[in-house]
Amino acid sequence: MEVVNIEATLKSPKVLLDKDNSTFEINGRSIPENTSEFYAPIMDWLKEYGQSPNSQTDFQFKLEYFNTSSSKCILDICRIIEEMKQGGNDVKISWIYEEYDEDMLEAGEDYEAMVDVPFDIVMVKSEDEDLYK
Amino acid sequence: MEDKESLDLYHYYRSMQENNIILSFKGNITADLLTSILEITENKLEKIQEQPRIRRKVFNILVECLQNVYHHMDEMEEEEDDNLVNSKSSVIFMLGQDDESFFITTGNHILNDKVSILTEKIEKINKLTDEELKSFYKEVLTKSEGLSAKGGAGLGLIDMARKSGEKLVYEFQDVDEKYAFFSMYIKVSR
Repeated sequence: MEVVNIEATLKSPKVLLDKDNSTFEINGRSIPENTSEFYAPIMDWLKEYGQSPNSQTDFQFKLEYFNTSSSKCILDICRIIEEMKQGGNDVKISWIYEEYDEDMLEAGEDYEAMVDVPFDIVMVKSEDEDLYK
Repeated sequence: MEDKESLDLYHYYRSMQENNIILSFKGNITADLLTSILEITENKLEKIQEQPRIRRKVFNILVECLQNVYHHMDEMEEEEDDNLVNSKSSVIFMLGQDDESFFITTGNHILNDKVSILTEKIEKINKLTDEELKSFYKEVLTKSEGLSAKGGAGLGLIDMARKSGEKLVYEFQDVDEKYAFFSMYIKVSR
């Protein structure tokens, strides 16, 4: 399958979907005005991938923040992964948040409660140096 | 000095100074302008050197507020064809701070017909506890199948209340037989 590699912008996350290297990640902030336009190719790719996924799929979200219209698209992605699980595939979602970021921790817990997919909610040290000033 | 306009301007200046306004804007918002405003705000918040946790919260709520008025503006533009300066689709917003908190205020015109439904939405949100807000958010999100790209359903308002941990303070002022002016105030504690 073709690799989806979208660079991050001020308003949209970095997206890397690479079946051969088993990398599936959305990284950064997601606050575009028109979210469905941004997420459409990602959904299409995932639906196609879901037809014959790798033996294991670990989908990583590492989000700084997202607007409420992105929250719908994120749920849609989780739903596609849920469908893959229902089809008997070994899937999980890794939700990575920075240690002080309670809002992103809560968001991860929200999604974990909304879909039937194993979730790893992982805290990482902040890359933001200001935190330690 | 007789020049009334310059006196007014000094009044604005002092009032903004006294209220610690970090950024204020009045006019029509375009997607490009929104990007610039967010960029400027982010730089300013970094200079204020707030904890990153609070910085993100303020930024996040601001995004939600501005995108809310931005999408709402589309609706207003369909309603009217005034010239740009007097246009009812023009909005106002301010970001300010004091020792204890940041505050975000937005103001925009709204059709009189929509006042009661918006009041109901906000009042409902303001009655909920943190836990109830959390489940309401999830409920609205899961039910939002086939929702317009504009978000709708008040998910933005729920998110603002949740992230700020404060009640949404709002007001409607009468404008004319067609419009009211809607103001909202959101506080984020430091």
